Amino acid sequence: MSGNQSRADSVQSRRVTWEGCSVLLDINDGDRLVFSRLTENSTLKIGKKNYSLRPLIGCPFGSLFQVEYGAEGSKLSRLLESAEVSNIQENGDYQPVEEHRDNRELVDNNKAQSLSGEDIEELRRQGATGDKIIEALIANSATFEKKTAFSQEKYRLKKQKKYAPRVLLRRPVARSICETYFTKYPARIGFMRVDTLSLLLSMANVAANSDILVVDMVGGLLTGAVAERMGGSGYVCNMYLESSPYPMDIVRMFNFSDEICKRIVRTSLSDLCSVQNDPSEQMGHDVSVTANASDEQMCSHETLTEPAVMEEIAPPSQNEISKCKIPKAGDKASQETIDLWKANGFSSLIVAAPELDTWNTVKDLMPHLSHSAPFAIYHQYLQPLATCMHNLQIEKMAVGLQISEPWLREYQVLPSRTHPCMQMSAFGGYILSGVKICNPEST
Amino acid sequence: MLALDTSKKLSFNKLIADGDLVIVYERHDTMKAVNVCEGSVFQNRFGVFKHSDWIGKPFGSKVYSNKSGYVYLLAPSPELWTLVLSHRTQILYIADISFVIMYLEIVPGCLVLESGTGSGSLTTSLARAVAPIGHVYTFDFHEQRAASAREDFERTGVSSMVTVGVRDIQGNGFPDELCGMADAMFLDLPQPWLVIASAAKMLKPDGTLCSFSPCIEQVQRSCEALRMNFTDIRTFEVLLRTYEVREVKNDSMQGHGGSPSQQPPCKRRQTNEGSNKQESISSTIMARPSAEARGHTGYLTFARLKCSA
Ligand SMILES: C[S@@+](CC[C@H](N)C(=O)[O-])C[C@H]1O[C@@H](n2cnc3c(N)ncnc32)[C@H](O)[C@@H]1O
Repeated sequence: MSGNQSRADSVQSRRVTWEGCSVLLDINDGDRLVFSRLTENSTLKIGKKNYSLRPLIGCPFGSLFQVEYGAEGSKLSRLLESAEVSNIQENGDYQPVEEHRDNRELVDNNKAQSLSGEDIEELRRQGATGDKIIEALIANSATFEKKTAFSQEKYRLKKQKKYAPRVLLRRPVARSICETYFTKYPARIGFMRVDTLSLLLSMANVAANSDILVVDMVGGLLTGAVAERMGGSGYVCNMYLESSPYPMDIVRMFNFSDEICKRIVRTSLSDLCSVQNDPSEQMGHDVSVTANASDEQMCSHETLTEPAVMEEIAPPSQNEISKCKIPKAGDKASQETIDLWKANGFSSLIVAAPELDTWNTVKDLMPHLSHSAPFAIYHQYLQPLATCMHNLQIEKMAVGLQISEPWLREYQVLPSRTHPCMQMSAFGGYILSGVKICNPEST
Repeated sequence: MLALDTSKKLSFNKLIADGDLVIVYERHDTMKAVNVCEGSVFQNRFGVFKHSDWIGKPFGSKVYSNKSGYVYLLAPSPELWTLVLSHRTQILYIADISFVIMYLEIVPGCLVLESGTGSGSLTTSLARAVAPIGHVYTFDFHEQRAASAREDFERTGVSSMVTVGVRDIQGNGFPDELCGMADAMFLDLPQPWLVIASAAKMLKPDGTLCSFSPCIEQVQRSCEALRMNFTDIRTFEVLLRTYEVREVKNDSMQGHGGSPSQQPPCKRRQTNEGSNKQESISSTIMARPSAEARGHTGYLTFARLKCSA
């Protein structure tokens, strides 16, 4: 209720789409998930047809769209509240009636449906909506009446997905982005599940006005999630330990404002270490040379990886990007900022670098943390974390050390039919967490 | 606990001062919140610690007692606070808390409603997530608990982000002034289904709601109530399994009795250096799940308010 609320709204929690914004499209209740950017010309392919995404511009996130047939062919049009039916989960008055029917008399022989493909085409030509077609299919199904209420619902849903597909407009935020990648391309985010990501953020005390050191080899998911929690204050320092920065394309899926993008910066470990013990003028020269070299590599790295990273996740074309001015994240950290980090240390560290040696990475980075800074190290294998924990203990670098493995189970909750979901993710990664302590002997 | 003043944000390395809240760390399962007070002392089984010895030291320091026992002085964070706060009720722990904040999509600037406040374990993390410009309105019908929570929020330095109200939320719903303003809502109440109608009024369209309930019957009723105005209704259980790590010496010389794993691992380097022993001693670091774990906390049911035009 503060006067600042409006600023916050304009910054991040925008709830209505705009031209150029990044969206997550959920097609037919999670059957397909597609990241897209809303422009005059962007389209979405459903079945064999491309649909313009223009109708989605200016709509609130959370809106539902359905393919509708009209005079000028089919298009996506927004479904309003009253039309939202025929979905088990959304059907408010679905009662736990005592079921008297069962499926002992159901025979599966393809003869149940008397409506042919041609009949359906004919209905379409006459301008029948998707919903009408579904009604017709039900009316012409010999078995529908005999089905249990539950199977009737399933039948309806199946036909709806085919003849009147729906698109849910979702906000791309850390939660939905992580879930989408975890479902579609888990390897690209190092198999990091959303509950694991959420733990990394709290274990590392990610908050406004902090300076978080991040080693992100999970495509930018971690960097983006941290930046989202800081809301344009403090810094996310995306650090690379080798010669070139790691790709962070996923950051562009978030709708980050300029302010937030400016807070996502990159540094190499050598830049951070370079002047540490020796602030001579000679060094200054060296630093600028490495800076140029790494800038170049940063570009080539991105162009190299981009086409491979996106399939369903359509990348915006180059002119689309320039037209809607997507702010760019990941500039090189200024010398001034680096100097401040050198003087004060980072307030916490998060590492998700399956390809690096965990202990060596942590050992190199610990000196750059301020005293009492919490840290969280992610890995998909247990052993590197066990070794790292053991060494941190021996070297007396940290306390409160713990390796945890999150476990997440979803439930189906329905009248008289509540149980854990049949499918679950059996593994979402391991985390080593702890708090750095002052160690006068070692520094 | 939170760096709300930007001018101070880079002074995290600041030294412990009179009046500061510190977390006194003995072991991972023995910690205590202490306000530093010149002239005062801290006592535990390792002896007596003078606060005056602490002042001027950096956070993260090891400090000694009169009997050369030691503890570490850590900077407070919501995670550490959850481990040391005084339990006036059941509280939420890190796994549930982290998941709730991520799944409710809470970011800086959000307006969040919560009931009941309880011991304020979740509230402290909510405050961190909405800082520096958002706000948490939290309600409990228990006057004493609300007052204690307010004191705690002062002590941990999150009070500017949090307003604690005394109100029967199941009986009266959330206050009308907050209608249509909430980005997210969290309920930890015995009969959450009584509050769903009010939740629908308070939330912005597509706003997120979470209800935490220990029992499946509560979940069942809440979900039934949610189906009317909410969508994307999903119920989860989140748990953490922790691991024990130890170094095991593989002594290729046979006939050595005893329990090798009991040896303090740090000795290894020196003995190898001195090398009276053969090189045949190698060691392996092994991990296994801890034998005891929390088996259930509660079910987390999430939903989003439907977007009607
Ligand atoms: C389990 S505690 C909440 C713990 C909290 N989530 C935490 O992490 O510390 C539940 C609280 O709800 C409060 N409560 C119960 N019924 C209520 C009602 N009708 N209105 C407001 N608060 C209520 C109780 O007083 C209690 O403090």
